[in-house]
Amino acid sequence: MIQPHGGSLINKDLPKVEKERILRQIDEFETIQVNPQTIKVIKNIVFGVFSPLEGFMNENNYRYVLEHMYLENNVAWPFPIVLDVSETKAKSFSVDDRIILTDSIGKPIALMDVEDIYRYDKKEFAQTVYGTIDRNHPGVDSVFNMKEMLVGGEIFLINEPKAVFPELDLKPIETRVLFKEKKWDRVVAFQTRNPPHLGHEYVQKAGLTYVDGLFINPVIGKKQVGDFLDEVIIKTYQALIDEYYPKDRVVLSTFETEMRYAGPKEAIFHAIARKNFGCDHIIIGRDHAGVGDFYGPYDAHKIFDQFPDLGIEPIKFRSFSKCSKCNAVVNDKICPHPPEMHNYFAGREIRAALQSGKPPDPDVMRPEVAKVILEYENPFVT
Amino acid sequence: MNEEEHKVEYTTVSIPKPLVEKIKERMKGTGFSSVSSYVTYVLRQVLSSIESEERSKQAFTKEEEEKVKQRLRDLGYID
Repeated sequence: MIQPHGGSLINKDLPKVEKERILRQIDEFETIQVNPQTIKVIKNIVFGVFSPLEGFMNENNYRYVLEHMYLENNVAWPFPIVLDVSETKAKSFSVDDRIILTDSIGKPIALMDVEDIYRYDKKEFAQTVYGTIDRNHPGVDSVFNMKEMLVGGEIFLINEPKAVFPELDLKPIETRVLFKEKKWDRVVAFQTRNPPHLGHEYVQKAGLTYVDGLFINPVIGKKQVGDFLDEVIIKTYQALIDEYYPKDRVVLSTFETEMRYAGPKEAIFHAIARKNFGCDHIIIGRDHAGVGDFYGPYDAHKIFDQFPDLGIEPIKFRSFSKCSKCNAVVNDKICPHPPEMHNYFAGREIRAALQSGKPPDPDVMRPEVAKVILEYENPFVT
Repeated sequence: MNEEEHKVEYTTVSIPKPLVEKIKERMKGTGFSSVSSYVTYVLRQVLSSIESEERSKQAFTKEEEEKVKQRLRDLGYID
């Protein structure tokens, strides 16, 4: 099985006695209240989804990642993972302090050893990571909404945050044991934030044809208005797998993280996380993790050429469609027929059909999948 | 070169001549002064990677693995 990114799987879950000792002294620590997105980041760091990160980036790593897309230790990493605080809050603790990160009701989530407190330039952050400072880009807007200072340092888990779907919440150590138990040496990951149509099914099965297992790993977390609800994505995949997938060859599990819509850089990030889950291949489609027209349709393909040392291999798909002449789902490399013979699984048309209460064409979406979506009065984020 | 490296004994390994030419091309601008030093570097990288992979295969104890398997059974991922 592929080794974790950076060589070893990070585990920052404190032993029970240590947690109890910290909780007994909790009033002695300065605290930072963090938002639900940051809690997901903490969980991903402490359980190794973001290996080799062991905490929030210090200034050196922040700068190194911005400039080179590598950590200081020469491990590829596409964008900063940081903790922002207000200037006032930053004055309440110092470098070398131990502080507690809490949720919105004050429950301690993690202990942090403060290594660095520093200023940053939001324009530089946005421009470098997203290639734009246009606030219509949701990732850019998030950066401009961040607080003024950043705090870097190692973190340790005190209380595990509750998963959105506990029954589908697998940590990298669990997926690795699971793949080993299933005797899967080679696993292809599929990243998604949408219910599946036949094009998705086609690329997943095409990828699975050449490896031992398929890891369907929907992103669960903050998304844009108009995106499908997390629950809809999960239920549609369960319906699809039940009817159309070999059960011993597929695992469905969630990846709780916010979508940053960073296009090509986020494709690298998605690949690293799936490598840590134990996958050695990842399917990268058209405009992966893109938004609007901010990125070229195949930028997320090209960026992998800059990371020959990434370890996980991208399986790149360009466009796929249902060809009426072939009477099959095809991609542009294997079908010679003209565009008028192709149905391109246009998201807009699928949504329009669903919004009018009708199932999309069964050549586009499985009736079982459409049925799940149509059971919801509103299947979209509002 | 430090004293320890002075003590290292060397041997000869045969590689195809066309490969040597390719290596020479690849070496350009890298700072390596000879094909031998470049090949030594590459082999160390490869061995380090293999050893690292072997270590990662034993990344968790039997006890941890059994605990994980129990959770996977509870969730229905394995029988």
